[in-house]
Amino acid sequence: MLHVESIVKSFDGFLAVNGATLKVEKGDVVAVIGPNGAGKTTLFNLISGQLPPTAGNIWFKDENIAGLASHRVCRKGISRSYQVVNIFHRLTVFENVQVAVLSHHQKTFNIFKPAKIMAVKETRDILDSVGLLDKAEMVSGALSHGDQKVLEIGIALGNRPELLILDEPTAGMSPEETAVTLRLMQRLSGDMGLTILFCEHDMGMVFSIANQIMVMQHGGTIIQGSPDEVRSNQLVREAYLGGADECSV
Amino acid sequence: MFNALFDVKTTITGMILLALLLLLPQFLPRFYVYLFALIFAIALLATSLNLVLGFGGMYQFHHAVFYGFGAYAFALFVTKSGLPLWIGYVIAPFCSAALGLALGLITVRLHQLYFGMLQISLGSLVWAITYRWYSFTGGDDGIHGIPLPDLVGSSTGAYYFNLIVAATCLLLTYMIVNSPFGRIFQGIRDNPERCQAVGVNVQKQQLTGQVLAAFFAGVAGTLFVTVEGSVFPDLMFWTLSLEILIMCLLGGWFIFLGPALGAAIIISLRTFAGIYTEYWTLILGIVLMLLIFFLPEGVLGLFLKKADPAAKREG
Repeated sequence: MLHVESIVKSFDGFLAVNGATLKVEKGDVVAVIGPNGAGKTTLFNLISGQLPPTAGNIWFKDENIAGLASHRVCRKGISRSYQVVNIFHRLTVFENVQVAVLSHHQKTFNIFKPAKIMAVKETRDILDSVGLLDKAEMVSGALSHGDQKVLEIGIALGNRPELLILDEPTAGMSPEETAVTLRLMQRLSGDMGLTILFCEHDMGMVFSIANQIMVMQHGGTIIQGSPDEVRSNQLVREAYLGGADECSV
Repeated sequence: MFNALFDVKTTITGMILLALLLLLPQFLPRFYVYLFALIFAIALLATSLNLVLGFGGMYQFHHAVFYGFGAYAFALFVTKSGLPLWIGYVIAPFCSAALGLALGLITVRLHQLYFGMLQISLGSLVWAITYRWYSFTGGDDGIHGIPLPDLVGSSTGAYYFNLIVAATCLLLTYMIVNSPFGRIFQGIRDNPERCQAVGVNVQKQQLTGQVLAAFFAGVAGTLFVTVEGSVFPDLMFWTLSLEILIMCLLGGWFIFLGPALGAAIIISLRTFAGIYTEYWTLILGIVLMLLIFFLPEGVLGLFLKKADPAAKREG
């Protein structure tokens, strides 16, 4: 479904991503792991079109989407959430998701129909699926951090993506919130059949949900494989996991 | 569809207000009829700015140029074309919208402050041309004694015309703000990057907003001519843009009717304080300083907060 081929991103000569390779098949849950500064977020920014790559190809459903603007990438079926909360803070929770749904249905230039009565069911269904329906009318800026992170995912679902990219979905969350988010991701992948690509520092979470793990270091790919393959890989142990203790999670 | 836009309370309040305004000229002296007619024009102008400022988050620093352009387009059409005068009312807003499109095509490529600065430069260029082109625009003298249709020739006629046109345009703007376009526009205001990431072509959206705002500013321009019967280059000078911006801040720029209220306050202040001192802007300056410190949500924002502590965000 998604095939990133030796992608490179250089910021004034600094190679943030240097020849990384990634493969995501339909229905997969793929985790990207690596130490801070390995280039995970930059890789996601390249895939979702926030940044144009310096070199390399990104194939999505047999089409090279490298360098497309982010709104075009989104319309191809790739949605993403962000590591740092990135929502419409003055809008209500409902309106946050509705923006994405309206955009998905190409209603952005409809100027005379009241938005209040449009895409209501679809939006509420999404809020229900992420568990924010009871907070639908709250101004999103007033939500707790954990809820805002979940809303992130809700907004990304508004576009009915085929591939959902989550950049550290549980960053800054309490253990309880992390568990809820983990279950949410399992539901999205299991019940809704979404393909998920995410990066995460919480190894417990990565090894419990991902069926493919890609390990990054210095902007490149060390290995991509099943959790077992990654766990037993010598290079990964040396470069990142640092010892057998952490690998055993 | 109407029900989705207004609740019963708002509808009744609006109806009563409109009825009052319709009756007002029967009781008021002529000067006040004139003043109200002027306020209607400027209230529409401030609301049109707020469409892109408060609801679109665009740094629209030179909105007056679209207003003045509409006023000039109307004046020039009426004095030079020899065609029926009413056509001018239709054509002028489209001229403003066209200018909005032309300037917007260049400016929306930039963001925030850079957008605003470029708009000031390009707008000042339009002003300079108007100011210098004596043979066509009348230069710094402007155009006076513009013929108007008989219906709006009297001050009461102008009052009713301005009231009805401004009210209709406010209704349309309200619909736009609450439409999918408006909702996404507010999304762009809060977070343009995220909006782009959910598939919105942000620049195209901003350009459309720009054209719509320019259109309504153009309508306001024709309303000004209806009241004053003249145009002059000050109508597109950047200090006027600043004044409209202050109206939005004063009334409350996250509330739909805030800018209209701000316009009413500033026009009244200018008219009445202007009788006593030519330094009325000094009073404006003090009011503004107090505003920034004590009423960051504007006058209407304060009232709404008092009326409803749960604080509604939109009027």
